[in-house]
Formats: sequence, structure tokens, C-alpha cells
Amino acid sequence: MFDYQFLLEVLIGGLLSGVMYSLVAIGFVLIYKTSGVLNFAQGAMLLFAALTFVSLVERGAPFLAALAATLVIMVVLGIATERLVLRPLVNQPPVTLFMATLGLSYVIEGAAQLLWGTQVHGLDIGISDAPFEVAGVLISRFDLFAAAVAGSLVALFALFFRYTRTGLSFRAVADDQFAALAVGLRLPRVWAAVWIVAGIVALVGGLLWGARLGVQFSLSLVVLKALPVLVLGGFDSITGAIVGGLLVGAIEKLAEVYVGPLFGGGIEAWAAYVAALALLLIRPSGLFGQKLVERV
Amino acid sequence: MNVMRRLKVLAAALAVGLASTLAARADEQFFPLQSYRVGPYAAGGTGFFGGFIDYLNLINIRDGGINGVKLTWDEGETQYEVERGVEVYERLKSRPGIAAWNPLSVGIAYAMIDRISKDKVPLITINHGRTDSTDGRVFPYVFPLLLNPYSETSGIVNYIASREGGADKLKGKKIVVLYHGSPYGKETIPIYKLLADKYGFELEQIEVPHPGNEQQSQWLSIRRAKPDYVVLRGWGVMNPVALKTAQKVGFPADHIIGNVWSNSEEDVIPAGDAAKGYIAITTQASGAEYPVLQEVIKSVYGANKGNLEDKKRIGSVYHNLGIVNGILNVEAVRIAQAKFGKRTLTGDEVRWGFEHLQLDPARVEALGAKGLFHSINVTWDNHEGDGRVTFQQWDGSKWKVVSDWIAPDWAALRPIIEKSSAAYAKEHSIKIRASGDDQVGQ
Amino acid sequence: MPTLISAKSNWFSSEALWIGLVIVAAYGIIPLAGTDYLLDAVLTPFLALSLAAVGLNVLTGYAGQVSLGSAAFLAVGAYAAYNLHLRFPALPLLIDLVLAGGVAAAIGIVFGLPSLRLRGFYLAVSTLAAQFFVQWALTKFSWFSNDNPSGVIDAPTLSIGGVAFTSPAERYVFTLTVVIVLTLLTLRLLRSQSGRNFIAVRDHEIAARVIGVPLLRTKLLAFAASSFLIGVAGVLWAFAYLRTVEPAGFNLDRSFQILFIIIIGGLASLRGSFIGAAFIVVFPLLLSRIGAALLGSVFDSGVLEMSQRIVIGGLIIVFLSAEPRGLIALWDRAWAAIRPANRSLLPS
Repeated sequence: MFDYQFLLEVLIGGLLSGVMYSLVAIGFVLIYKTSGVLNFAQGAMLLFAALTFVSLVERGAPFLAALAATLVIMVVLGIATERLVLRPLVNQPPVTLFMATLGLSYVIEGAAQLLWGTQVHGLDIGISDAPFEVAGVLISRFDLFAAAVAGSLVALFALFFRYTRTGLSFRAVADDQFAALAVGLRLPRVWAAVWIVAGIVALVGGLLWGARLGVQFSLSLVVLKALPVLVLGGFDSITGAIVGGLLVGAIEKLAEVYVGPLFGGGIEAWAAYVAALALLLIRPSGLFGQKLVERV
Repeated sequence: MNVMRRLKVLAAALAVGLASTLAARADEQFFPLQSYRVGPYAAGGTGFFGGFIDYLNLINIRDGGINGVKLTWDEGETQYEVERGVEVYERLKSRPGIAAWNPLSVGIAYAMIDRISKDKVPLITINHGRTDSTDGRVFPYVFPLLLNPYSETSGIVNYIASREGGADKLKGKKIVVLYHGSPYGKETIPIYKLLADKYGFELEQIEVPHPGNEQQSQWLSIRRAKPDYVVLRGWGVMNPVALKTAQKVGFPADHIIGNVWSNSEEDVIPAGDAAKGYIAITTQASGAEYPVLQEVIKSVYGANKGNLEDKKRIGSVYHNLGIVNGILNVEAVRIAQAKFGKRTLTGDEVRWGFEHLQLDPARVEALGAKGLFHSINVTWDNHEGDGRVTFQQWDGSKWKVVSDWIAPDWAALRPIIEKSSAAYAKEHSIKIRASGDDQVGQ
Repeated sequence: MPTLISAKSNWFSSEALWIGLVIVAAYGIIPLAGTDYLLDAVLTPFLALSLAAVGLNVLTGYAGQVSLGSAAFLAVGAYAAYNLHLRFPALPLLIDLVLAGGVAAAIGIVFGLPSLRLRGFYLAVSTLAAQFFVQWALTKFSWFSNDNPSGVIDAPTLSIGGVAFTSPAERYVFTLTVVIVLTLLTLRLLRSQSGRNFIAVRDHEIAARVIGVPLLRTKLLAFAASSFLIGVAGVLWAFAYLRTVEPAGFNLDRSFQILFIIIIGGLASLRGSFIGAAFIVVFPLLLSRIGAALLGSVFDSGVLEMSQRIVIGGLIIVFLSAEPRGLIALWDRAWAAIRPANRSLLPS
């Protein structure tokens, strides 16, 4: 007999893991949307934020003070990135910009480990992974907490984009850079702002992932989980990042549990990519991505 | 007159200089270190190479070297990447007086087997490496000291048997092996199968794709399978995530048994509470209470020459592995010196030393390492040396030894090893050594 | 005008002369004068990566399709050659080499199919599927590594017609020859109609279609040719350089490394591939040697390594902003500067 309860459990587990992927993917989307850069340094930023936070806490800083200090550092990092990396590379082809963010990720990773060392740290944000049971399905408190954080983050962004001046200029820039320039928006300022916001997202993602994995170098590898999310959801849609994350989480887990045994397991590493690819062949800009209009 | 005196002084200075360079060359034994202090495995690298260097320093500071032969070393960073390891090998291989290579990386070790066999220098892969290199008849220069992956497997199964009250009690039990999706992780798959057939326990082996930062589906499958034990054959970030996810699905930590690369502080600290009660195999106990570690603290760290940045890590699992590795290397050189003379030895002579590296518990105690590791008995055809294993439990802040020294089932594993090494010998047209009395090259 | 033309051809022939001299030196002087370290740990990997970069440049630089999966094709080449050698011992090594490239090309075509629908980063990320799938398959199915328990295999000795290439110098010469021959063939391909089709597709896909360039064939040819070259580079990497094959060495970082080479060296430039490879292979080594010599007594190797990482990352950013067309553009400018007579010829 087919075990529906187990299926449900896998599905819920997958969706909740997917939320964690979305948290990383949102950082990518914000930057891609406004400046057309696939920012590979997002993972390094995540590592840097988490490592800074945890090192401050270990050196005796209270939780909130460490959080505030890390926030300030991420803001400085965002401004510096815009000034030193993005501005000199304005109008370069996307591949060049992508490579530059790879270079940036070397710098950030190197700096993070030079500053704080290569030790592995535990990070306890006070939410246990211990599960509770709902109708025979185990659900982790931590996962729910992460989902709530991701949800509020998205809600905040929605408000921000709709009701603030900076948010509006974000959208204007995302829509049409030249038009935005023409009406007098200062692109560099918008870019700096968006890198700051991406830094904050990295901090949130870093803390949640860090609590799950421990704060260590491998934290920067979570970007690989975010890439199929981006493909599925579209590079330039925050809604896409959320839906894509949920989908990737669910597909990954279902594939691993139900299809994996046919191949001897371990297919999670590429199942999401294959699913994303299949979708792309039908919709070349992802589920929510902006359709590319080509003018001849 | 003046000129004559000057000439005399000059001649004397030259003589002294010449003598000292000669002496320096005659009295040094060099350890090239392919260390990794950066990248995803930096925690293991800093601990192991830190411990190794600390012990070499101890020998220099306390004893003035091995019988007066100073120990020297040089590090090259590899980031655990094979081609960087090869680059460092090529860079350092022409240095005089190389004793042995100690890469602590399976990949780098594999790339070096050809090279060191040609150069006739020993390659030490403590607790890891190519299992069939245990067969010294085919691999004269490779030493997987203390524990190869097959012995580790057998040791873990023996431990589970002892916890259940005997090997016959394994029948009908269910064990899940959760392994890292890499050649390293997959190496023991056939051995677990073999032992499952032998003892009649039910076995399921589940792969975690690299790097292992998401294991929800694997642990849900485990929850459904309801095993008695889970063996964690992990690496790096996979370990804490496994423990955390186990907690999430409600699997008890004290029924998870970690293998030799899942047994360090770095593997459990990030998991926080979820790691409490977790058990792992080890060849060397952790802790700094052993005399040799106390001497390291006193003579090396006291002289501000300690290698670990964070003194809290003295006596951690990787640091102690480095110390034990230091002991084994130094003793091999000492044993070889007893035969060949108290001077800088060639790689081949040190190889002879490793092939006679027999430290019984009494000798281990004399070295100040009683309880740190059990004993070793390397011979020309057994390059592993019958290392014993023990099991340690994480109590939330430190590891506590919870078993005796357990012997793996070497006799059952030897035929598999010999079959594999024979295939290697055939593939590479290597003449299988018939005895250990072959010529030692100068 | 005749003077201009002769100046131009002069300029070309003088560069050809220089390249010829470099090749003569590469064959005549380096194998004799180079140390084992230089040959084995610097030049051989440099050549193998150069060839991989030439391959990726065909795809990315000329045909405009970004790929993040190059390392997968290196792995395919290496494993294919190993298995061909193992299972058909009668085949000469050169045939193995060509067939291994062929296998890589076939797989390249499969993973190139999405390029018919996808553009830009969507395509780039989809090539990651190749990266992860190939690595997974090679570790998963132990048949590929001849059921070797640890999945790491030893490469066989290089030998052609009974002549074994075993010393560092011999392996270097072998690698050099393969790389030169394939680079020349690539040059031929790029100068043919297919090569012009690549560029047309890169510069404007729709326009290319309008003027009658067969998109499907051109794109797949680009993927096939590129994967072939990268596959052969993988054989050289595994057989001539590392002399061991393990899937972990062909990871995403390696793909990025090759992409770095062509971007730093210069897109759509074969010479750029070599210059870029020289930079990416040699520069970190130099930096680490200099760092160790100057500061080795003060800092441990970890600190030095991390500082290097920062320096290299920073330099990449500086290079990209200073000369987005790559080192080759700097090189050409330097050439022009040495020969002021030609300055007027170059577009400003």
C-alpha cells in the first residue's frame, strides 16, 4: 500500500527546506533585477555576515549589539562593492560582471577567514530543531521559524517597494534603466542601496543557514542550492524566488525519496537542475521571469 | 704579519662555515608538509598539521632532534586540492633528507603513489588512504598506518556487536550507513555488504550528495526504515547537518555511530544540542591529559612555538591525530637510525624504519602516550600495523571514551585486500615482494 | 596605400615570427633547460588548461554561449580515455585520445540542446546540470572507474608506437604537441564558414538566421567542437599531468577557473587563451613563492594563502575594469607601442 502520510511528510519537509533556498535566492534576485548582475558573491556575503556575527558573539558581544554591528559592516560592504566593483564595470557584458563577482567572492572569503579564522563555529539563535507532531507528521520548529522569517522578509520588501521612494526607484531602475536615468534617478545610489539590501538578506540567510550547518566555509556553498531556484522562478522575480524555492525543495526531496532508489540515490545534486531545465524548455525565462523581447 | 693573521682568521671562518654547512646537511631530516589551512577542510588541516608540527618541535626542543638529527619541515598550502598537492610535491621533492610525505588527503595520496615509488620515499596516510596499500608486498612505499577504511568498517560493526551483547545478536538488526557521495564515501560499500552477510544484519546504504548541507530526504527515509543504528560516514559540513536533521526526525543521537572522519569537535560543535550522546570511532583518544601532550604544552607552547592559534584546540581529535602521526614518523626514523646510523637517512632507509615500526603498549607508555593510542605493529607486508580503535561519546562539551580498545577483524579483510593489490600489481606490472629483506637504497 | 598594406603584413608576419620562435623555444630549449618542477608542475598543467580554454573560447568567445560546465567535459574526456585504454588495449593511445574527445563532443551536443531555447544566464545555469550530473554519474557508477573501490584511478603511461613518454620533459613534449596541433585545427575551423557562422550567431542571432545561418547546426557544432577540445584537455590533465583521475578534481571551481582564463585572457582570442592560462596558473604560484619568501617566517601558510586569495580576487576585478577585453588587448597595445609605425593602422 502506498504510504500517503510519508509522502505528505516528505512534501512538507521539502517545502520547508525550500524556504531556506528562497532566502538565498532573494539576494540574487534583488541585485539581478536592478543591475543585471548575477552576483555569485552572495554566498561569500552570507558566510561573511554569519562569521562576523558569530565571532562577535563569541568575543562577548550581546546578541543585539552583534547583530547591529554586523548590519553596519554589511552596509559598508554594500557601498564599497558598488563603488569599487560595480561602478568601474558599468556597461560591461553580463559575463564580465559575473566574473567580477566571482573575484569579489574570493576577496570576501579571504577577508572573512583572515579576520575571523578558519575555525568551525556553532551558532545558536535560540530556536531548537526539535520537532513536534501534527497528525503523525513531524514538523521542525526551526523550519517554521525560518518560513516565518522568509515570509516577513518578503512582506517587508513588498511594502518597501510599494510605499517608499527608494523602493519606487528600485522598480523604476528594474523596469528601464535609461528611462530611470532620464527622469533623474541616480543609478549609483540605487545600486548601492540594493547591494545594502542584498547584504541584509545575506545576514538573515547566513544566520538561519549558520544555525543549521554551523558557521564554516561550506556556508558559501549554499549558493548552489539557490541557482536552480533562480532558473525555475526567473532571475528577476521575488515571487519567483519564493515559489521556485518551494518547488525546488519539494522536487528535490520527492525525487530523492521516490526516484533516487532507482539509480542508487544521491540524485538530489542534479534533480533540481534537470527539473529546472525541463521547465525552461517550455518557458525560457522561468515561471515568473520577465520575457525577453528581442528587437531586430 | 697582519695579512697572515687575516688570512688565518679567514681560513678559520671558512672552515667553521664549511663544517657547519656540512654538519647542517648531515644532521637534518626534512618533512615536506602538504597542509591545508584554507578552504572547506581547514579545520582538519590546521588541527592535524598543527599537532604534527608541535610534536616535531617537541623533539627538537626537548631532545635536540632524533639522536641529534634535527627535524625540519616546510609547508605548502593545498586547500585539499589534488593538483595543488602535486605542485607542492614537485616543489619540495628535491629538498635534501626527506623522511616521509604526510598529505592527509586521499586524492593527493593517490596522485603521489607513482611519484613516491619512483623517488623511493615513504608516503604515510594515517587513518585513510588506499586500502590495498596495506599490502606492503605490492606497495613498498605506502603506509596507511593504524587504520584503513576496511578495518574501520569492521571496527564499527564489532563495536555495535559488543553493544548488543555479542556478534550473534547482530542477526536481524538493521543498520543504515549514511555515506558522503564521493569516492571516499563509497569505498566501504562492499565491506558493509560483506559483513551484513556474515553477521546476518539488515543493511541499507544511503548516499548524501556533496557537500551534504541538506539531508531532509535521507533522514526521512531513515525514519521510515526505523534502523537500530545509523553509521555516519561523513565529511565536513555533512556531519553536523546529519546530527541536526536526525534530531529533526527524532532519531536518537546515541544510536548514530560516526566513522573516523566524523569524529572531531568540528563535526559536533556546530550541531549544538543535537550532537549530545553521539558516538564516533577513533584511533586516538582526545584530551590533553596524556604526558606527551603535557610536554607539548610545557616545552612547545611554553616556549611560544606552538602551532595552534587557538590553545583551546590542544588535545582535540585532529590535534591528537597530528601528535600520534608525529610519534609514528619520529619513531620510524629512530628505528631506522638504529640500523643505518645516527645521520640523515634516505627515504628508502626511513621506509625500512616504517616497516619495522613496532610499538607495543609498553613502548607507547614510555613515549608518554598511554591511553592516547594503543599500539602499532607494522611489518614489511602489513603496512597498516594492526591499529586498535576505541569509541568516544560527545557529552555536549567534550569527547569521553566509552569502549575498550577494539580490534577489527583483520583476518577476514586480508583476502579482499590481497585480491585488490594483486590486480594493481598486474595492471602496473609490479613484482610482488617475497620478503622484507630486499635491498635498501642509499 | 601599398606601404600600409606591406606594413600590415609585416606586423602580422612579425607576430607569426615571434610565435614561431616561441614554439621553437618550447621544443628546443625548454625540455632541455627546464627543471622537473617547471615542466611537471607549471608547464604541463598550463598547456592542458590552455587547450581547455581554447575549447571554451570556441563556445563562449566565438559562438557566444556561456557555459559553466567545462570541468564536466574535462572529466568525460579523462574517464573516456581511461576506459577506452582499459577495455580496448589494442587501440593506440592517439586513437583513444581522439575517441575520448569524440565522447566528450557527443555529450556536449546533448547538453548543448537547451541552447536552442535558452539565452544568457539561463543557459549558463543550465550547463551546471552537466557539471553536477557528470560528476554524480562518474562517482555513482563504479564501472567508469573499473570498480576501483575508492573511485580514484591511476592513469596509464603515455606511449605511442612503443615509445613511452615517462619523464617530465617527455610528457611535456607530448602535451605541447597535442595542444599545438589542436590549436592549429581550431584556427582552421574558426576561419572556415562555420567559424564565421559562430560569430554571426554570437553577434546577433536573429540577424544570423535571416542571412541563412543554420542555427541548430551552428550551435551544436560549437558545443561539439568545444567539448571535443575540452575532453582532450581532460585526457592531458589526467594522463600527462596528474597521472590520476578522480571526479572531485573536476568540480565547479575548475569550470570557473577555465572561464576566468578566457575572460582574463580575452574572449574570442586563441592567443588570449594561452595568456590567460599563463596568468591563472603561474601567477598564484609566483605569488605564493614570493609571499613565502618574504613573509613566510612571520605568517603561517594559511594566512599567506588567504591574503593571496584576496590579492587574486582583487586583481581580477581590477583587470576586468581596466581592460574588459582581456590581457590580449593589453598585449596588442604593447605590440603597437613597440612599433610606432603601425600605430596609425590600429583602430583607436
